[in-house]
Amino acid sequence: MSRTIAADNLSPVQDEFYAALMQAHEGLSEPQSHALNARLVLLMANHIGALDDLRALLTTARSYADE
Amino acid sequence: MAYDYTPFPFVAPPGLSAPEPRHKVAIVGAGPIGLAMAIDLAQRGVPSVVLDDNNVVSVGSRAICWAKRTLEIFDRLGVGERMLEKGVTWKVGRNFHGHDEVYSFDLLPEDGHKYPAFINLQQYYVEQYLVERVQDFPDLIDLRFKNAVIKHEDYGDHVVLTIDTPKGNYHLEAEYYLACDGANSATRTRMGLDFTGQTFQEQFLIADIEMEQSPFGDHPVPERWFWFDPPFHPGKSALLHAQPDNIYRIDLQLDVDADGRAESDPDRVIPRIKAIVGDKPFRLDWVSVYKFRCIKLDRFVHGRVIFVGDSAHVVSPFGARGGNGGIQDVDNLGWKLAAVLDGTAPAKLIDTYHDERSHGSAENILNSSRSTNFMTPKTPIEALFRAEALKLAKDQPFARRLLNSGRLSLPCSLAGFALQTPGTAPVLPGAPLLDAPLRDGNRDTWLVAELQGRFTLVGFDAVTLPQVDGVDRVVIGGAQDGCRRFEDPTGLALGRYGAARVYLIRPDGHICAAFGPAPSAAEIAAALARAKGTTAATERAIA
Ligand SMILES: Cc1cc2nc3c(=O)[nH]c(=O)nc-3n(C[C@H](O)[C@H](O)[C@H](O)COP(=O)(O)OP(=O)(O)OC[C@H]3O[C@@H](n4cnc5c(N)ncnc54)[C@H](O)[C@@H]3O)c2cc1C
Repeated sequence: MSRTIAADNLSPVQDEFYAALMQAHEGLSEPQSHALNARLVLLMANHIGALDDLRALLTTARSYADE
Repeated sequence: MAYDYTPFPFVAPPGLSAPEPRHKVAIVGAGPIGLAMAIDLAQRGVPSVVLDDNNVVSVGSRAICWAKRTLEIFDRLGVGERMLEKGVTWKVGRNFHGHDEVYSFDLLPEDGHKYPAFINLQQYYVEQYLVERVQDFPDLIDLRFKNAVIKHEDYGDHVVLTIDTPKGNYHLEAEYYLACDGANSATRTRMGLDFTGQTFQEQFLIADIEMEQSPFGDHPVPERWFWFDPPFHPGKSALLHAQPDNIYRIDLQLDVDADGRAESDPDRVIPRIKAIVGDKPFRLDWVSVYKFRCIKLDRFVHGRVIFVGDSAHVVSPFGARGGNGGIQDVDNLGWKLAAVLDGTAPAKLIDTYHDERSHGSAENILNSSRSTNFMTPKTPIEALFRAEALKLAKDQPFARRLLNSGRLSLPCSLAGFALQTPGTAPVLPGAPLLDAPLRDGNRDTWLVAELQGRFTLVGFDAVTLPQVDGVDRVVIGGAQDGCRRFEDPTGLALGRYGAARVYLIRPDGHICAAFGPAPSAAEIAAALARAKGTTAATERAIA
C-alpha cells in the first residue's frame, strides 16, 4: 500500500495539541473514548473535505496496521 | 572516584553571645539558589547572611543539566567558565523506541555563542564552586553552616529569625528574608501557604554509576539518550546522560505501585544497570527513587519574605527546568532587591519579581508536566495514542515532533510585563540577550558577558547614543566618544540585532526597550524609569 509522508504542519504547537487531545478524553470510559475518536475522524474528514486527500490519509493510516 | 564530601566547619555565630546588628538580607538555605543569590547581591555591594541547616554540598548529583542561559548567569557570578571547563558539553538529544532511533534534536545548531546549549555537571560541584566563590566576598557574605532557621516573624519592615545551632539558639533581624530552603521549605509550611499541584504517580529510579568504558558505546560525542519502551526495560522509559569523572546518570521509570525502598536496594538496582551496560564493569555512586511533582506558589512575595528557587516552584526533571528556573529567579531578583535597598527604586519593584518569575515558572511547569504526561500514559487511550505516535514517528516528521521526552530549559520572554516598553525590533523587548562574538582591540570577548549586569544602552553600527545617568553605553560595529566600543568580527552581532538599532538592556540581560538609530535622552530616561518601576505607567500596570 502506498504511504504518503506529509510535511510537518503541527509544530510548534504540537505539544499544546497533544495536551488538548488528551484532555478531550479525560474522564471517559474506554468505549466512550473510542466513540469520541470515531466522531473526531468524521469531523476532521468533513473539515478536510477533499476526497482524494481523505483516501490518501486512509491508505497511509492503514499501511501501518501490520507494523 | 567518589566525590569527597568534606564537611564545612561550624563557627559559633556572634548572635549566640550578643544581639547582632540588623542585617540587610538573610538568605535561608545554601543550595545553588541561596549561594547564587548571595553572590549576585555581593557583586552589587549588598551584604547578606546565609544560613544553612547542613554542612556539606548536595548529597548525590541531583541536578546535572545546566542550560545555556544559566551558564551565562553563572558567568556573571564568576563560576561559569569553571563549570564549562569541568562539565560535559552536549547539545544533541536522541530518542529511541525499542532498538530503533526515531528522532533526534539539536538544541544549538548555530555557532557564535560563548556557552553551549547544555553542560552536565553534578550539583555537588556547582555548589562547591559557588561556596568557593563566596570566599571572594569576606566582607559581604556571612555564610553559616549548621544554622537551621526554625522560626521567623515578619514585622513589616524587618523579619526576626530564630536559629538553631549545635551551640544553642539565637535570634537575628534582617530587612528581607529570602526563603531559598528548597522543595520542602519549612518557611512555606510555617506560613501555611498552599503548595498543591500535580503529583505523578509513577516512580523513577535515578542512579549515577561510574564506569571506564562508556555506556554510549563508541558514540564519539556526549548526548542525551532517551528510550520509549527500551529492550532492556520493556514497557517503560529510560534516560542516559554523561557526567564528568566517568559518571553516568540513568533514569528508569518504575511501576506506579513499586516499593521505592526495595527498588533502591543495590541487589535490585545492579541487575537493572547490567541490562543496560552489559558486562562492562561499573560502580554504583548514588541511587534514589523519586515521585515527581509540578507545583508553584500562588505568590512568590509575601511582605518581607521572598521565595526563590525550589521553595517557590518544583517541576519534574524532564526538561531540566528546576535548578535552571531557580537561577533565573536569582538573576531577576538580585538587581531589583539591590535597587530597592539602595533607594533607587520603589519597594514595589519587588512585586514585579513575582509577576515575571511566576510567569517563567508556569511555563516551566507546563512543559515539564506535558513531558511527564507523555512518558507516563495514565489510561489505555493515552497509551494507545502514544503507541501510534511512536509507530508513525518511524517515517512521519510531524509524529517525531510529538514524541515528548523533555522540552529542555529555555529562558522565558518577559514581553507584555509592566517593566518592558513595547516595541518592534529583530530581538523583541522582553527577550533575553542573544550572544555573539565581539572583539575589543586584541581581546576576543562575548556580547552577553559585556552587556549584562547593569542597565546598558547598546547600539549597532551607525547609531547615536544619548547620555543618561545610570546607564552604561556600548556601540558594536561603530564608534562614539564616551561609549565602550566593540568590533563585530563575524557579523553575527549585527545579523542578530540588526544594523542601526538601539536596545536598552536590564541588569538581568533581558531587553526592556528597543529604538531606532538615534533615540532621545528623554526616551531612554522614560524606558529606564519604567524598567525600575518608578513611572506612573508601571505603577498602574503593577497595581
Ligand atoms: C533527581 C533530580 C534531578 C534533577 N535534575 C536537574 C537538572 O538536570 N537540571 C536542573 O536545573 N535541575 C534539576 N533538578 C532540580 C534541582 O536539583 C533543584 O531545582 C535545585 O536543587 C534547587 O535549588 P535550591 O537551592 O532552591 O534548593 P536545594 O538545593 O534543595 O537547597 C535548599 C537548601 O536549604 C537548606 N535548608 C532547608 N531548610 C532549612 C532551614 N530550615 N534552615 C536553614 N537551611 C535550610 C538545605 O539544607 C539546602 O542546603 C533535579 C532534581 C532532582 C531531585
